[in-house]
This record gives sequence, structure tokens and C-alpha cells, in this order.
Amino acid sequence: MIDMIADTALLAAAVRLATPIAFAALGGVLAERSGVYNVALEGMILVGAFGAAAGSFASGSALVGLGAGMAGGALTGLVLALLVVTLRVNQLVAGIALNLLCAGLTAFSARLVFGAAAGSAPVAGFTGDPLTWALFALTAVVTVWLYRTQGGLRLRATGENPRAADSAGIGVFGLRYAALIASGAIAALGGCHIVLAQVFVFTEHISAGKGFIALAAIILGRWHPVWGVAAALFFGLCDAAQLRLQFDHPDIPYQMFLILPFVASILALAWVGRQSRAPAATGQAYDREAR
Amino acid sequence: MMLHIVGYRLRTVWATVAALVAGAGLIVVSGGDPLAAYRALFAGAFLDYWGFAATLVKLGPILLAALAVIVPLRAGLYNIGGEGQIYIGGLAGTLAGLWLPALPGPIGIALIVLASSLGGALWAGIAGLLRAARGLNEVIVTLLLNFVAVHIVSYAVSGPLMAEGAPYPYSDEVPPDFRLPILLPQSDAHLGVLFGVVLAVLIHLHFTRTTQGFALDAVGRNPRAARYAGIAVGRQMLAAMMIGGAIAGIAGGLEVIGLKYRLFHMFSAGYGYDGIIVAFMAGAQALAAPVAALFLAGLQAGAGIMQRAAGVDATVVDAIQGLVVIAVAASLAWTRRPPRPPAKPLAVQARLKEAAR
Repeated sequence: MIDMIADTALLAAAVRLATPIAFAALGGVLAERSGVYNVALEGMILVGAFGAAAGSFASGSALVGLGAGMAGGALTGLVLALLVVTLRVNQLVAGIALNLLCAGLTAFSARLVFGAAAGSAPVAGFTGDPLTWALFALTAVVTVWLYRTQGGLRLRATGENPRAADSAGIGVFGLRYAALIASGAIAALGGCHIVLAQVFVFTEHISAGKGFIALAAIILGRWHPVWGVAAALFFGLCDAAQLRLQFDHPDIPYQMFLILPFVASILALAWVGRQSRAPAATGQAYDREAR
Repeated sequence: MMLHIVGYRLRTVWATVAALVAGAGLIVVSGGDPLAAYRALFAGAFLDYWGFAATLVKLGPILLAALAVIVPLRAGLYNIGGEGQIYIGGLAGTLAGLWLPALPGPIGIALIVLASSLGGALWAGIAGLLRAARGLNEVIVTLLLNFVAVHIVSYAVSGPLMAEGAPYPYSDEVPPDFRLPILLPQSDAHLGVLFGVVLAVLIHLHFTRTTQGFALDAVGRNPRAARYAGIAVGRQMLAAMMIGGAIAGIAGGLEVIGLKYRLFHMFSAGYGYDGIIVAFMAGAQALAAPVAALFLAGLQAGAGIMQRAAGVDATVVDAIQGLVVIAVAASLAWTRRPPRPPAKPLAVQARLKEAAR
């Protein structure tokens, strides 16, 4: 009986810890299905977390924080789209650059908004965890949209063969812009969840690598929204187990447990290896005039 | 070729200027005077003896971290794992420094540097191997390995390596014989910075004068053609990652024997990520890396001076660094493309495809 209660608690913790990763993975799937690697997920989570903290701090309302966080993420997605769709900068380079920019800007802005301390004072958050329910709803919506609507078919066509999609009259550039902006807003929800439902403060580098684990979740989930979120839940479970093991085994160095989610990600990736294939056009800028 | 490089440098300069202008906007928003802030920052970093010493202290690891990005980048691989390789290199160097018997200083230092480079190379080799053998994207693997490496060092200094009676986690000191000489008297600036400059020149020569360097470059420019030309692409990829890791590992080892003389938890202040910025600024050219690294090191060393003199928060430099790298990335869009060669005959295309399998 006690074991069962404990396990329910473990699963609840797993879902809570997985939610930010899952949001980022969901956003990443949208971007990569449209043909753009989104390495900037980490930065988007960070901007979402900062926006959530700043909005909630200024207004006292978690909903305003949520809006600010999503707006920040959408803006980050827009910048990424500008770089990789219009300027055709290498997608990995642009994503890495954007992560560094987000880290620097949020660190500086945090001083401006919250004062001299590196982090914010506690801000108003949600009671309960509406964002986790939103995650499941959003996953269903994205899945149905991607596989059961004309828009979703067009997005997938854009990611597999933009030239053919273009010939068929699909607006490749507009779709990629839309996908990246949506991707940013959704990934930012992960940051909102950290601030508004987990810790209620903002600190520098609060994303702590979750965006990178989300990248692993996308590959493990083979670019499918449901499986991507499922992979994120697996990594959340590793994280929850890590916390539990730390508590149960104080004799084992806690760092051994901290590396668990990261090692699990790498091992999972090595296991799927080449079996998991990205949409064919992912990583390449679409140049209408190229031959 | 020469003109192309000059064009690249000019674009980087403009991008950097644009980032500094945008940074000035941030300073104004925060209520500061941008001109006074920049004057304090650059005068402090380059014209003041102590300030310049602080710049040199940062220049060493940033330059090495940049070279650790550049070598794999020439082979078409993105080594985002410099930070983790610095940590493992620092750990390996510390182990060597503590376990080596009494030896003449230079020999001991050489062995410690060798140990750090081995540590970094093996750590980067994990990502190189997974890329070559399993087709895994090295960006994701190196990023994930960074977190693992930081925790491993944290474990080492709070567990087996922790100095007796230490108030917080750090290792014992390496013996005085095995420490790097100081470059500028009375300051922290140590000889480590020379390793970076010498390696930059060596890497430049490697890519321009040796077969292996040419093979790496060929893999980066066109892996399919390289395979067709008989180059073992997988092996070259692994080699490129391991060389990069070795260089980052040296940066970690030098931090230990040049600056702090012991291993600390979180001893690298994000140098691995700074290296990525410098590598982009330098356009993956080893000889341009020292200049770009000097700029970034000065920016960081001057930040604190600026905060004291002009009252602008030092974190504005973090934002400026981000702006620099975005501006440089955006400037890549204006690369003048070489004229497109005529399409290859179908028979050649078919053979290339076959070779790529």
C-alpha cells in the first residue's frame, strides 16, 4: 500500500518534471516537421521562463506571466525564422547563436526587472497544474492537425520536399515562419511551467539543459508529437527517479544520480541510432533559385 | 581566396560593431551612459596593467576552446562540447599533477598537459564515435555530455579528490614544480596563453600543409566526394572530434596548473561556449582566432571594471556577446557564393551516389 502511494507520487513527480521537456519537444517536432532544426529550444524555454516571471512579477497575475512568456518564445521563433528561412543561415549555427543570445539577454534583463539579485522574488503562480493538462490537450491538437488536416499535410510536405511543395502551390516560407513562431511559443510554455507551476522564481540558466534533452526526445520519438512527448515523459521519469534515489541512498554521491537523465538521453539515442530519420529536408534552407 | 578572407573579416567587424551599437541601446535602457561605459570597459581591459593581465588570463582558455571548435568545424562537425571537454581535461590534468612522482618541472608539466589532452580527446571521442558509427547528431551528444562532465568533476572534488579539511569542495594543490610560470609579474597572467597562440599557428599549418589536414577539410567540404577520393570519412570525423577535444582538454589542464593550482567545482566560467562565439567570429580560420579571442576576453575582463566605473551592470556583456554571435551568424548570409559549376553528367552522379553508400 505504502509502495503504491509512493509510486503514484513518483509518477506525479515524473509528469511534473517532464512537462517542460515535453512542451519543448512538441514545439521542436513542429519546427522540424517543417524542415528546420530547432536547436534554440533551450533558449526558448529560458525566454519563456523569464517572460513568465517578469509578467507575473509586474502584474501579480500568473495568466499575464503566461502570455508574456509565450510572446517571448514566439518572438524568439520569429528571429530564428528570419535567420534560417529568409537569410538562409546554417540552422545549427543560428540555433546555437540564439541560445547564447537568450542566455545573455535574460541574465541582463533579470537585473533590470528584478533588481540587483540574480533572480526574481517569488512570483504568483498557478494553483494546481493546469499547464500539464494543457500539454496533453495541445499534444492531441498538434497530432490531429499534423496528420488529419490539409494544413498539417502541407507542413509535412514542406519538411520532406520543399521544392515539390512549392510547385504544388504551398507557401513554403510562410509555413516555416508560422511553424517556428508556434514552436517558440509552445517551447516557451515549458519555461512558463517551470516558473509558474514548479519553482515560482526566475534564476539565470533556469532551463538547465532541458531544451537539449528535448532535442533527444524528438529523435527518440521519431518526429511524432505523441511519441516525442512520451519520450519526454521517460526522461522526466529518470529525473524523478534520480531525486528519489538521492533521497533513499544518501551514501551514494548525488552527482551519480544527477547525470542519470543526460546519460539516459545519450544511451537512448545510441540505441535508436540510424533507425530514426529526420524529415528529409530538415537542416537545409530552401532556396527557390537553387538547382 | 585572400580576398574572400578579407571580405569575411570585414563582415565580422561590421557585425561586431552592430552588436556593440545594440549593446549601447541596452546600456541606455538600463540608465547608463554607453560611451562612458565602453571607454571604461576597453581602457580597463587593454590599457591597464592589471586589467590586461585579467584579459590574458581569460584569453588562454577562450582561444583554446575556440580552436577546439574550429578543427572539427573544418571537418563539418559542430563541437558544442568544449565546456565538458575542459572539465574532463582539468580532471585528468589534476589527477596527473597529484599522482606524478617528483620530476623536473618541465617534464611534469608536459605530462600533465598530455594527460589533460587525453582526457578531453576521449570525452570528445564519445560524440565522434556515436556520430561516425551510429549517425547521431554530434551537437546533441556534445551538449548532453557537457552536463555529465560538470557533475563528474563535482563528484571528484567533493569525494575522492577533496582536500582534507577543505571548507568546500576542492582538491589538493598540485606541487609547486608543476605550476606554470607567471607571464606578467605580480599578476595572475600565466604562460598558458602561449599554448593557445602556438597551437593556432600549428593548426593553420596543419590545414594548409599536411595530408591529414587536407583530408579533414575535404570531409568538411564534401563528404561524398571525400569518400569517393578514398578518404575514410568516419575515421576523419572521429579524429577531428578527438583533436578538438584534446585542445579543449589542454585548456582545462592549464586552468588548474596555471591559475588556481587545484581543481574546483565549476572551475570553467563557460569558456567552452565562448569558444563557439570566437570560432564563428574567426570564420573557422585558426589564425584569426587569437584576434577574436582577445576581443572577447577583453570584453569579459573589462565588464567588472565597467560596472565599478560607470555603474552599468556587468551582465550587459553577456547580452553583448549574444548579440555579437547573432550578428556574425546573420552576416554569414551575405557570403558571396562561388559560381555554380555545370551539372555533372548522370554517370558521374550515379557513381557518387554509389560511393556515398
